[in-house]
Amino acid sequence: MIQFTGVHKWFKQLHVLNDINLHVTPGEVMVVCGPSGSGKSTLIRTINQLEPIDQGSLVVDDMDLSDKKTDINKLRAEIGFVFQQFNLYPHLTVINNITLAPIKIRNTPKKEAEEQAMQLLIRVGLAEKRDAYPAQLSGGQQQRVAIARGLAMRPKIMLFDEPTSALDPEMIGEVLQVMQDLAKTGMTMVVVTHEMGFAREVAHRVVFMDAGTILEEAKPKDFFCNPQHERAKQFLNQLLTPMHGAGALCD
Amino acid sequence: MSILSNFQVIADNFTYFMIGRWPAGPLGGVGLTLYLAVVSCILSFFGGLILGLLSVSRHRWISWPSMLFINTVRGVPLLMVIFWMYFLLPALFGKVPESQTVIMALTLFTSAYMSQIVRAGIEGIGTGQMEAAVSTGLKHWQAMYYIILPQGLRNMIPSFVNQFVSLIKDTSLAFIVGVSELTHVGTQINNRTMAFPTEIFFFIAVVYFILCFAFTSLSRWLEQRLAWRKAI
Ligand SMILES: Nc1ncnc2c1ncn2[C@@H]1O[C@H](COP(=O)(O)OP(=O)(O)OP(=O)(O)O)[C@@H](O)[C@H]1O
Ligand SMILES: [Mg+2]
Repeated sequence: MIQFTGVHKWFKQLHVLNDINLHVTPGEVMVVCGPSGSGKSTLIRTINQLEPIDQGSLVVDDMDLSDKKTDINKLRAEIGFVFQQFNLYPHLTVINNITLAPIKIRNTPKKEAEEQAMQLLIRVGLAEKRDAYPAQLSGGQQQRVAIARGLAMRPKIMLFDEPTSALDPEMIGEVLQVMQDLAKTGMTMVVVTHEMGFAREVAHRVVFMDAGTILEEAKPKDFFCNPQHERAKQFLNQLLTPMHGAGALCD
Repeated sequence: MSILSNFQVIADNFTYFMIGRWPAGPLGGVGLTLYLAVVSCILSFFGGLILGLLSVSRHRWISWPSMLFINTVRGVPLLMVIFWMYFLLPALFGKVPESQTVIMALTLFTSAYMSQIVRAGIEGIGTGQMEAAVSTGLKHWQAMYYIILPQGLRNMIPSFVNQFVSLIKDTSLAFIVGVSELTHVGTQINNRTMAFPTEIFFFIAVVYFILCFAFTSLSRWLEQRLAWRKAI
C-alpha cells in the first residue's frame, strides 16, 4: 500500500529523512513515534506529498511519487490527512467542511454529499453539530470533524500527525476512540503519536524514529517489552516515568 | 457682508458643483467624481486581486515580473501615472476620453497597492489551511478560491476601505488633465467669480469628507453583515 525504498530528504543541509525503507500493507495500522525533531511529521507528510522527497522511491497505492506524471491531486484524494492543529475551515459550517471536497472534486450532488457527511458525523458522534462553525466546537470535537472530513473522499489510507497533541487531556480519549473504531473497519492507517496506550491496543506495528532514520520497527509488544536500541529505551523511559515506570506498557 | 452670505456662491452654482452641465452636456462635478471613483474602485478591486494572486504565485517566472511591475507602479507618484496614461493611451489607441485615461491611471495605481493588501491577506491565512485543502485532493486554485480567499478577503476589508477612501480623494488629481470632476469644477467657478476661494475650497473639502465618510460607514455596515464566527 505504501512502499518507501531508500528515501532521503534534506531541508537545506539538514538530513531529515535518511535512507527510509518501510512497507505498510493494506489494512495495517502503523504507529510512528520518536523524539521531537526526529522527522516523524516529515515522513508522514511525504506520503501525500505535502513534502516532496529528494531521493529514493515512494510508491503509494500503486502510484509512484517520484514520477512527474503521477497526478498528485488524485493521489491526495485517496488519502485522508488529520493535522495536529485540526485545520478546519473556519468560514464554513461543519457539514460544508466535510462536503466541500466530494462536491468540488467528485461532482457528488450536494444532497448525496450531505447524506454521506451525516453518516460520517454520526460515526464520530457529532450529528447534532452539522450547522455549527468550527470555532463553536471544543478541540476534541473539531478533531473528530477533521477526521470525518478526511474520510469524506472515501480514502484508502488515513494519515494522522499527532492528532491528540493539541488537545486538553480530557478530550484525547474521544478522538482516540474514533481512531480505534476506524482501525477496526480495516482502514490502512499511519499514526504519528505519543499515545503509547493507543499504540499498544490498536497498532499492528510501531516504528521508532531518531534523527531522520528508522531505528526500530516492531510489533507493539516487542517494542514496549524489549526495545533494541538505547535511544528507544531512553525515549520510552522519558515518556512513561514517573507515572508508570518503564515496562508499564509491557504485560 | 457676513461670512455666511459669501456662501451664496455655492448655492448659486450648486447644480454645477453636483453634476456639471449634465444632462444637457457631459457629467461633471460630484457626479463625475463618483463615477471616476466607483468605476476605478471596481476595476482596481479585480486588478488588485489578480495582481496579488500573481505576486504570490509559486512559480517564480510569474511572481517575479508581477512584483517588479507592482513595485514600479508603487514607486511613482500618481500624478506621473496620470501623465503616462494621458500621453501613452492616445499614442496606442488613438483618441481616448480624458476621464477614461484617468480611470485607467487610478485603476493601475490603486491595483498595485491593493495587490499588496491581497498578498498580505493571503499570507496571513496560515499554511495549515492550504495544506488541509490540498490534502483532500483540491487543486491549488480550488483551495485558493474556496478556502484561502474567502477568509483572506474578509480580513482585507478594512485595508480595502482605506485604499478606496484614498482613491476617492485621488480622483481630484484628474483636474490636471482637464477632467471636470469636483475639484476642476471648483477651480472653474473660482476663476469665474474670483472673490470666494476660501468658501469654494472649504465646500469642496466638506464634500470630499462626506463622500469618504459615507463610504467608510457603508463598508463598516457591510463588514458586519458579512461576519462569521471568528476561528480558533
Ligand atoms: N519546512 C521546513 N524547513 C526547514 N526545516 C524543517 C522544516 N520542517 C521541519 N524542519 C526540521 O526538520 C526536522 C524534522 O522535523 P519534523 O517536523 O519532521 O519532526 P517531528 O519528528 O515531527 O517533531 P515533533 O515531534 O516536534 O513534531 C526538525 O529539525 C525541523 O526543525
Ligand atoms: Mg511533528
